[in-house]
Amino acid sequence: MQFTETVMDHFENPRNVGALEDADAVAEVGSTECGDTTTLYLKIRDNRIADVRFRTLGCAAAIASSSIATEMILGKTLEEAWALTNTDVVEALGGLPEKKIHCSVLAEGAIREAINNYRRSQGLYPW
Amino acid sequence: MPADRIRYFDHSATTPTHPDVVAAMLPYFTEHFGNPSSLYGIAEESREAIARARSQVAAAIGATPEEIFFTAGGTESDNWAIKGVAYAHRDRGDHIITTAIEHHAVLHTCAFLEEQGFSVTCLPVDREGRVDPEAVRDAITDPTVLVSVMTANNEVGTLQPIREIGAVAREAGVPFHTDAVQAIGNVEIDVERDNIDLLSLSGHKFYGPKGTGALYIRKGTKIANFVHGGGQERGRRAGTENLPGVVGLGAAIERACTDIPAHAARLAGLRDRLLAGIMEEIPDVTLNGHPTERLPGNINVSFGGIDGEALLTLLAMKGVCASTGSACSSGSESPSHVLLALGTPPQRARASLRLSLGDLTTDEDVDYLLALLPGAVARLRRLSGADA
Repeated sequence: MQFTETVMDHFENPRNVGALEDADAVAEVGSTECGDTTTLYLKIRDNRIADVRFRTLGCAAAIASSSIATEMILGKTLEEAWALTNTDVVEALGGLPEKKIHCSVLAEGAIREAINNYRRSQGLYPW
Repeated sequence: MPADRIRYFDHSATTPTHPDVVAAMLPYFTEHFGNPSSLYGIAEESREAIARARSQVAAAIGATPEEIFFTAGGTESDNWAIKGVAYAHRDRGDHIITTAIEHHAVLHTCAFLEEQGFSVTCLPVDREGRVDPEAVRDAITDPTVLVSVMTANNEVGTLQPIREIGAVAREAGVPFHTDAVQAIGNVEIDVERDNIDLLSLSGHKFYGPKGTGALYIRKGTKIANFVHGGGQERGRRAGTENLPGVVGLGAAIERACTDIPAHAARLAGLRDRLLAGIMEEIPDVTLNGHPTERLPGNINVSFGGIDGEALLTLLAMKGVCASTGSACSSGSESPSHVLLALGTPPQRARASLRLSLGDLTTDEDVDYLLALLPGAVARLRRLSGADA
């Protein structure tokens, strides 16, 4: 499997790994395609993502996707974070082998579910 | 950071061709290149070389040379055995018995025959991957024309009770085929003692060249041709013989079957030390397959809380070559059909690691892997939260 340097970097040195005790939003999503799971923890202040952690059970592509996605949403508003797609993630990674593109979908799904869990907890309608 | 040398733990996938085998093959590329079917002097040398190789293969499994036919590999041998016997017996019956843990070369061939109107029984296996000979007996009906059970499984290493299964088939008058691709050179096979009527083998699994193999067909077995064309292999398998390949196959099988007990003992020693170390150092590990009736070089374990492919990637970064039952990159949705057939939950099947030791494996390789594996698993468990 040929991975880019960026993918290998995020796999070997993943950013923001772990959990947040006092998270404002948590989401756990699973991939029906290959059984990978990702859990995302968000701390939200003034409509911005103040802190983020993730845990992923999956292949190198899934781990790297989650890691880079947390970097991409940190400090962003919820609207900006919601707009992140798996294509953005793949691009940021410098590309993924075609058979591994589906591994980048988990991160997008986890972010959106976490934001909606937060919105519901605030009495707002989910997006 | 690239590793200084590779540690090869994937002998079940393929093996390097032994230098002695390569040396035996070389003259047949440029010097003794004659087409064995031609009429002149150099062709006679080629015919003799093929005859020698045929005898070598026969001797390795206790057959006679006339019962050995060269193919392009284990997959072709499996295709020929199953399709050939099925089509030749079509007037008598249309039922085939095989098992849930066969290699895809057997399973997909059976699936193809099902599309052609045959019916196939896929016998289940127990939690360690063994087929019950009585289950074979119960499954045999009037229209049964073939029983096909592999000698040793490529993923979990489980050895089948081939002699007993062969006896059951013989009693019922049904031809018995075994895919012995993983077994050659690791367990002793005798087609007479083991009641085998057809046997598939593949050169690149025992330090021979890729693209070579053979099918043993017991004299008197009705079987249609699979590859049609010229009259090579006594009219049974067309195509100009892969002369260097056949020579290499013969040399490799003779080398591999010269002292199987010693070879098996060496591998089992390394394997047992490696497995003991893994079970001792790493929590939440389970062994897949039979604990004792197992290929001497095979380890297949599942680690809770990780993905097998991620583990392989970490190991590969450190020069370790192995394989997994996880299917993420193979394009299929489900993990190993073999592990699932043993009753392994899908998540644990995806968390599996297969280490297949062989001639390239040294004590130092085992030390290296034992030093590397616990940390790699722990790292992935921190990433997945399984350590929380």
